[in-house]
Amino acid sequence: MEARVIHESLKPAPVIAPGHTFESVTEKINAVVLTKKFGFGWIVGLAIAFMLANLLLLSTAVILIGGVGGFGINAPVGWGFDIVNFVWWIGIGHAGTLISAILLLLNQSWRTSINRFAEAMTLFAVACAGLFPLIHMGRPYFFYWLLPYPNVIALWPQTRSPLVWDVFAVTTYATVSLMFWLVGLIPDIATLRDRTKSTVLKYVYGILSMGWRGSARHWHNYESAYLLLAGLATPLVVSVHTVVSFDFAVGIIPGWHSTIFPPYFVAGAIFSGFAMVLTLIIPVRAYYKMHDFITDRHLDNMAKVMLATGLIVFYGYANEVFYAWYSASKWEQYMMFGNRMQGPYMWFYWALILCNGLVPQILWSKKMRLNVYVLFIVSIIVNIGMWLERFIIVVTSLAQDFLPSSWGMYYPTVWDFGFFIGTIGFFLSLMFLFVRFVPMISVFEVRMLLPESKPKGAAAHE
Amino acid sequence: MSDRWDEKAPLYGIIAEFDNPTDLVVAAERAYAAGYRKMDAYTPYPIEEVAHAIGHHRSLVPLLVLIAGVTGGVFAFVSQWWAAEIDYPLIIGGKPFNSWPMFIPITFEVTILFAALTAVVGMILLNGLPLPYHPVFNHKRFERATQDGFFLCIEAADPMFDRTHTMNFLKSLNPREVAEVES
Repeated sequence: MEARVIHESLKPAPVIAPGHTFESVTEKINAVVLTKKFGFGWIVGLAIAFMLANLLLLSTAVILIGGVGGFGINAPVGWGFDIVNFVWWIGIGHAGTLISAILLLLNQSWRTSINRFAEAMTLFAVACAGLFPLIHMGRPYFFYWLLPYPNVIALWPQTRSPLVWDVFAVTTYATVSLMFWLVGLIPDIATLRDRTKSTVLKYVYGILSMGWRGSARHWHNYESAYLLLAGLATPLVVSVHTVVSFDFAVGIIPGWHSTIFPPYFVAGAIFSGFAMVLTLIIPVRAYYKMHDFITDRHLDNMAKVMLATGLIVFYGYANEVFYAWYSASKWEQYMMFGNRMQGPYMWFYWALILCNGLVPQILWSKKMRLNVYVLFIVSIIVNIGMWLERFIIVVTSLAQDFLPSSWGMYYPTVWDFGFFIGTIGFFLSLMFLFVRFVPMISVFEVRMLLPESKPKGAAAHE
Repeated sequence: MSDRWDEKAPLYGIIAEFDNPTDLVVAAERAYAAGYRKMDAYTPYPIEEVAHAIGHHRSLVPLLVLIAGVTGGVFAFVSQWWAAEIDYPLIIGGKPFNSWPMFIPITFEVTILFAALTAVVGMILLNGLPLPYHPVFNHKRFERATQDGFFLCIEAADPMFDRTHTMNFLKSLNPREVAEVES
């Protein structure tokens, strides 16, 4: 093995800056939680995000009092912003699970310093996503009708419906993501317990860490459970966006009834999720000076994943066009060529092709991938592009389906925007709280990246 | 045995701290070879070799997860079939009552849900957590175990345990420090 020589320039950059020890890693990451003051930027950022989050409360109140008529949805377009934003947020969440589960199974050590952050993003994105169908129901206090429970009229949810599958998929996804995140936190909270100077916090962390003491037997069960969770979360994350795409693909509406939907939705989800991770992690890394752990190699790798999944998504768009033409169905052909490309929402379609198809191609250049400003702007454009994609899918197909007499335009109202911007505020508020109150990088896993963490020599395997 | 009061204080075990994982693994292997069985190692991150060295080879978690996953899947499928075929048959979209392919997504999701919940709850319960107090916390340097310390504790409950002898044995393993842990 030693004889194999790899040329210096071909070796990947290290995933952690050289010169770190167990103590320096622990100190640097935990300092944000334990010793650093609330920075001015953090306070201002949280204040702005929280103000936007209040827009969510206001919009929710308006809709709950006045009903869903406050949204722009109408007779042909029954799924407006609510479903667009639901799919968008759920998709964003998928990158977190991909990083924490799939990259763990693939033994990608660079995932280690971004998995906690990405998982938190997943949780908060799923929380935002869940709000949309809930409010869109119109009578959210009856949400439990979606769950199978014994009731006096002896009815069960219609489990042949993709909308019911969605309930199961999304609640399972939220539960599993939460547990994955919490399990990862246990050893790090034990570290906080042992480092904090405050007696009160010692009790708080002591209770939260459940008395974790790093026993070898415990670690063995822990690793086993963590690996199994990763193995379970991997098919789960693929299934969630597949089920979301079934909401459309099982219907017979032109533009929805297509078998390309599941893979293309999953790729789109990962694409948008990585874009959101980059949008968030670039400023956080700069603000908390975490360049030692979130190196340029991390950004480079994430940009590559974004480029690859972006190409899959673009292939999906090309396929939709081909299918429409090849189907010889005049409804499908009109949907693609008449409606999407030249119809009333054509600007959305062409903006989508620009944002998701063309702009990410800049990431073929290594120089561009390593330029944080370019990467940040591309990631925001991709976020917008993926939102446009969901808008195109939901709205154009419903606005102009089979009968021209039943066509109608969709215009979102101020409450649609309020609710959407409100969830962005809610999401960012949670992210601000997260980076300050929880170690944003998994400390115990970063320790394992250090060269001295592995037992050496014959001792290891006797 | 002398009659000094402090030697009669109840003892949980004797703990040795090591500077690096290699010394800990060697020490754990030597202790196991010397016949000690009731011992545990404490490390700031998982080290698979240590668990094997102290004789912990198999985790029960995978078996529990398998059982829970199968249970969840069977439960989800049977309850959907029962609701659609027996309890409230309805013709939906001209499909048969037992339109089983339509039951697969929920069967899959519930399988994952049961398995994942069991992985987490099972791991915590098998580890005997939550347990806010444990005798090893009495050791004054034990807070390093979640940061950069590598500990091996031979428990007084081990039949081979002898206060002096075990202490000398641990001292021979190149530790940074050896100390008694009160129970």
